[in-house]
Amino acid sequence: MPPELIANVFIAGVLTGLVYGLMAVGLSVIFGVVRVVNFAHGEMMTVAMYAAVMLFAAWKVDPILAAVPVAVAFFAFGYVLQAGLINPFITRPEHSQFMLLVAVAMIMVNALLMGFGPDALNVQVDYQLESFAIGPILFDKARIYGASAALATSALLFAFFKFSRTGKAIRACADNNLGAKVVGLDVKHLYALTFGIGAACVAIAGCMIVLLVDVTPVLGPGYTLLAFVIVIVGGLGSMPGALLGGVLIGLSEALAGLFFDPSAKSMFSFALLILVLLFRPQGLLGRRS
Amino acid sequence: MSEKRREDRADVAAQGADAGRRRFVAGLGATAAIVSSGSLMRVANAQANKLKVGVLLPRSGTQAFIGQSCQLGADIAPEIIKQMLGVDIELMNADTETNVDTARSRAERLIQEGANVLIGPFDSGAAAAIAQVAEQKGMPFVINIAAAPQITEQGYKFVFRNFPTAPDLVRNGLALIGDLFLATNTVPRTAVFMHVNDTFGQAMAGGIKAFMPRLTQLPFKIVETISYDPAAKDLTVEVAKAKATKADIVLLVCRLNDAIILRREMFKQRWHPMGVIGPGNPGMYENQFYQALGKLSEYCISNVPWYNPKAEVTKAVDAAFRKRFPKEKLMFHALNVGYTFESILVAADAFKRARTANAKALTEAIRQTDIKSRMMLGGPIKFNAKGQVEGNLSACIQNLHMRPTVVLPENAAEAKPVFPWPDFTKA
Amino acid sequence: MNRRASILLGALLAALLALPAFANDYLLSVVILILFFAFSGQAWNVMMGFAGQLSLGHSLYVGVGAYAAAAIYVHFGIGPWAGIWLAILVCVLMGSAIGFLAFRFGISGVYFALLTIAFAEFTRIGFDHLDWVGGSGGFFLPVVRRNVNDLLNLRGSPVMFYYVALALAGGAFAFCAWLLRSRVGYYWQAIREDQDAAQALGINTFRYKMLAIVISSAMTGVSGVFFAFYYNNLFPEQIFHISRSIELILGPIIGGLGTLFGPVLGAAVLTLLAEGITEVMAMLGLQIPGVKQVFYGLCLLVVIMFLPNGIWPTLSRRLGLERKATGSDHG
Repeated sequence: MPPELIANVFIAGVLTGLVYGLMAVGLSVIFGVVRVVNFAHGEMMTVAMYAAVMLFAAWKVDPILAAVPVAVAFFAFGYVLQAGLINPFITRPEHSQFMLLVAVAMIMVNALLMGFGPDALNVQVDYQLESFAIGPILFDKARIYGASAALATSALLFAFFKFSRTGKAIRACADNNLGAKVVGLDVKHLYALTFGIGAACVAIAGCMIVLLVDVTPVLGPGYTLLAFVIVIVGGLGSMPGALLGGVLIGLSEALAGLFFDPSAKSMFSFALLILVLLFRPQGLLGRRS
Repeated sequence: MSEKRREDRADVAAQGADAGRRRFVAGLGATAAIVSSGSLMRVANAQANKLKVGVLLPRSGTQAFIGQSCQLGADIAPEIIKQMLGVDIELMNADTETNVDTARSRAERLIQEGANVLIGPFDSGAAAAIAQVAEQKGMPFVINIAAAPQITEQGYKFVFRNFPTAPDLVRNGLALIGDLFLATNTVPRTAVFMHVNDTFGQAMAGGIKAFMPRLTQLPFKIVETISYDPAAKDLTVEVAKAKATKADIVLLVCRLNDAIILRREMFKQRWHPMGVIGPGNPGMYENQFYQALGKLSEYCISNVPWYNPKAEVTKAVDAAFRKRFPKEKLMFHALNVGYTFESILVAADAFKRARTANAKALTEAIRQTDIKSRMMLGGPIKFNAKGQVEGNLSACIQNLHMRPTVVLPENAAEAKPVFPWPDFTKA
Repeated sequence: MNRRASILLGALLAALLALPAFANDYLLSVVILILFFAFSGQAWNVMMGFAGQLSLGHSLYVGVGAYAAAAIYVHFGIGPWAGIWLAILVCVLMGSAIGFLAFRFGISGVYFALLTIAFAEFTRIGFDHLDWVGGSGGFFLPVVRRNVNDLLNLRGSPVMFYYVALALAGGAFAFCAWLLRSRVGYYWQAIREDQDAAQALGINTFRYKMLAIVISSAMTGVSGVFFAFYYNNLFPEQIFHISRSIELILGPIIGGLGTLFGPVLGAAVLTLLAEGITEVMAMLGLQIPGVKQVFYGLCLLVVIMFLPNGIWPTLSRRLGLERKATGSDHG
C-alpha cells in the first residue's frame, strides 16, 4: 500500500474527525452540564444546515460567515427549548427525557421534509472542490476550514468556561447541583444558557458540514448517534475530549476503511465505543464522577 | 425519585390537565370510530367499466425523491391511457414511507378499499412484502421498478415485473460497455469496481461477479472491488483506495447521494480516470446530480433502461408531461416515469382484454400481455412463466451539456459518446 | 385486579378471539401489528419497567431471533417450533453477555442504553456482511400459500397468524402477570424502587437483574421468530435498525411503564393513531409527505408532557379498575 495513500487517508480522517468533534462538543457541553440526553442533537444540526443553505440561496452568504448569525439564532432557540420544554424533565427518569427528545426530533425531521421536500440541497462555493497540495499529500480546503473552525470554537469555549464568571458558574452546576443552588446560582438560567451554547456549537458545526455534505431531512439520526459515540469515547463534559473523540472516531473509520472493508468501517466505531464503555466509561479525557 | 412521589406529581399534573386529557381520549375514540367505520365496511367492488389501480410508492422517508418522481408517471397515466386504449383508470395513491411494514399494511388497505390491481413500489424490500399480500389475496401486482431477482423466483402466481432483474441489468450494462469501447476505439485494461452495500448493490455485485468471466470480449479486468455504506457521508477513504489502484476506468454501482459525494471526492483528490460507468444503476443521470455538481456531472455514463426517444408512446407521454408539469422535464425522470407509466399501461391493457376487474380474470389477462407499442427500450412487454419480462434493454446514457443523452445503441442515439473523458490523465 | 377489571379483561379477550369472524383482512393485519408490538413491548417492559434497565437496542434480539429461526428453516428445513428454541438460546446468550458486561463494569443509565445501541448497530453491520443469510441483499423465506394452513411451519392465512399473535401476546401477558406476583416480581420491584435498600435486605440484585434481562431478550427473540415467518423477508438494514428499537419501546412508555396492560394499551393507541391519521389525511384529500409523522410526534410530545407515567395508570384509575386497598397500582 503506497505511503501517500495512508498519509492522505490519515489526514482526511483527522480533519473530518475534528469537524465531527465540533458537533460533539455541543453535545458534551449539554450532556455534561444539564445531564439531558439530547437525542435531537443531529436533527438540530440538520436544521442548522438548512439555515445555511437558505442564507446561501437568498443572499449568497458563504456558510462560514453564515455560521455567526445561525449560531446566535440557535443559541436563542436552545435557551428557549431548555427553559421552556426540557427543564421539567431534568429530574424525570431517563426514558422520559429520551422520549421527549425523540418526539422533538421526529417533529423536526418531518417538518423539514414538509418544508423543503426530500431533495438534497447544497451550497456551491468555489473552494468546496479545491485542495491544497504539498507534494503527493492533498489537503481538502473545505475540511481544513471546518477543522479550523472546530479548533477555534473549542478554544473560545474553553476560555469561556475557564475564565469567565458565567463559565465557572456553569461548571459549578455541573459538579454539584445542590451546592450551586445553595450558593444562590440561578440554576435554571444557567442550564438554559448551557443548552444555548451547545446549540450554538451545533449550529457552527452544521454550517461547516454543509460544505462537505448535501443536506436531506433524514440526516439527523445518524449524526445524533455519531455525536453520542464521540462524546462517550472522548469523555463526558470534556471539550478537548469531544475533539479527541471525534479525531479518534474519524481516524478509526478511515483506517478501518483503508485496511479492511469500507462498508464495515462503522463497526470499528461501535467496537471502540463498547470497549470504552467497558473499560473506561468516563471516556478518555473525562473525570470519574 | 420514588414512585410514590412521581405518582403525586402525576396526580397534580393530571388534575390540571383534566380537560386536555378528556379531549385526548375523546379524540382517540373519534379516531377509532373513523378507522373502524372505514375498515369494517366491505366496499362493494368496482363497476366493470373503471379500473382502480392502487399505487404504492415511497413518497416520504429516505427514498422520497424517487417515489415522488415515480408518482409523476402515475399521475399522467390516466389521461394518456384513456386516449390510447379508451379505458378509465382511477388511481388510489398510497405512501409506503420507505418502510417495509408500512408497505405491507398500505397494500392491505388498498385491497380493502377496492383496488383491482397494485403497482409499485420502487424498492425491492417493499416489493417482497407487497408481493406476499398480493399472493395471499389473489390480487395482481405489477412491479414498476425493483431489481432483486428473488422476487420473481418465489413461484408467485400474482406478481408481475416489467423491469430487468439485477442480473439482466448487469448483462445488458456490461454488453453496452463493450459497445462503448468499440464505438470509441478505446481499450481500457483495468477497472476498479465500487458499489454501494445494500440490497441493490449486492445484487448487482453478484451479477458482475457471475457475468465478467463469461464476457471475454471485454478488454478490462477488475483489479479491486470496494463496497461502501450507502448512508456514509464521507467517502474519502474509498476514493483514495480506488485512486491508488491506478485503474483505467471506474465501474460504479451507486445511488444518487453517494454518486454526488464520490464524484466530488474524485475531483478533490485529483483523480481523472478514463471514465466513470454505471453498469445499471440510478444516480448519475438524475436531476439532482446535475444540480449538485454542475460541470462536474459532465461525461458520466450510466447504462440503464431508458425510454426510446423515437417511440410514439414516448412522444405522447412527453407531451402530456410537459402540459401537466411544466416545471419538470421528462428526461430527468425517464426511468421512473417510464416504468411506472408502463406498469399502469399493462394493467389497463389487461383490463381492456378481460373486460372485467375480477382479480382472477385480470391476472390471467395480465399473464397474456403482449404490448408492442411501448415507451421503454426493448422487445414487447411479455411475461414469461415466472411473471418476468425478459426483453427490457438498457441504453448507454451519457451526461452531455447537463442533460442525460442517449449515445448507444446507435439506432436510438441522440449524440456520439465521449470517451475517454477530456480531462483523463494517466495516473 | 378487582372484579371490574377481570370482567373487562375477559370481555376484551372474548372480543379478540371472535374478531376474525367479522373483520376483514386489513383490520386483521392492523390488529396483528398491534399484538406484535404488544408482545415485544411487554418483553421490553420486563427489562425496563420491572428491572429498570433502559435498553435502546432491543431490535438486536428481534433480528437475531428472526434470522436464527429463518436460517435453519431455509437451510435445514427445520420448522419454527424448533427454531424458536434456537432463537431463545441465542438471544439468552447475547442478553446475558450484554447484561454481564454491564453489571460487571458498572454501566447503567444512559451509558447502558448506549451500550445496547452499539451492540445493535454492530450486529446490523455484521449481518450486512453475512452472506449465509443473504447479507444486505436480504433473506427470503419460501412463499406462503393462501389456502393451506400449515401451523407446523407457520405457513398460512392471516387468520392463522392472527391467532398465533394473539396466543403470543396473551401468553406474554399471563406470564408477566404471574411473574409480578411471584417472589421474583417482588424482588424486581424492590430493586427498581431502591436498589441499595434491596441489596441491604439481602436480595442478590445482580442475579435478579440478569434474570430480567434474560427473560426480556428471550421473549423478544420469540417475537423475532414470528416476524420472520409473518413477513417472510429479512433485511439487516430494517430489522436491526435503531428506528425499530424505538418503535418497540414507544408502546410501553406511552401505555405505562412497569404496568401489565401498559404495553398492550400503548401498542393499540399508537397503531390506531397512525392508521387514523393516514385515514384522516386521505379523507381530506391531502398528500403532504411528512405530515403524519409530525402529527404523530406531536401526540407523543403531548403524552410525554402531560401523562408522564403513561396512559394506563390514569385511565385505569378513571375506569375504577384499581384494587381498592393500597396506593400503588400495577395491572
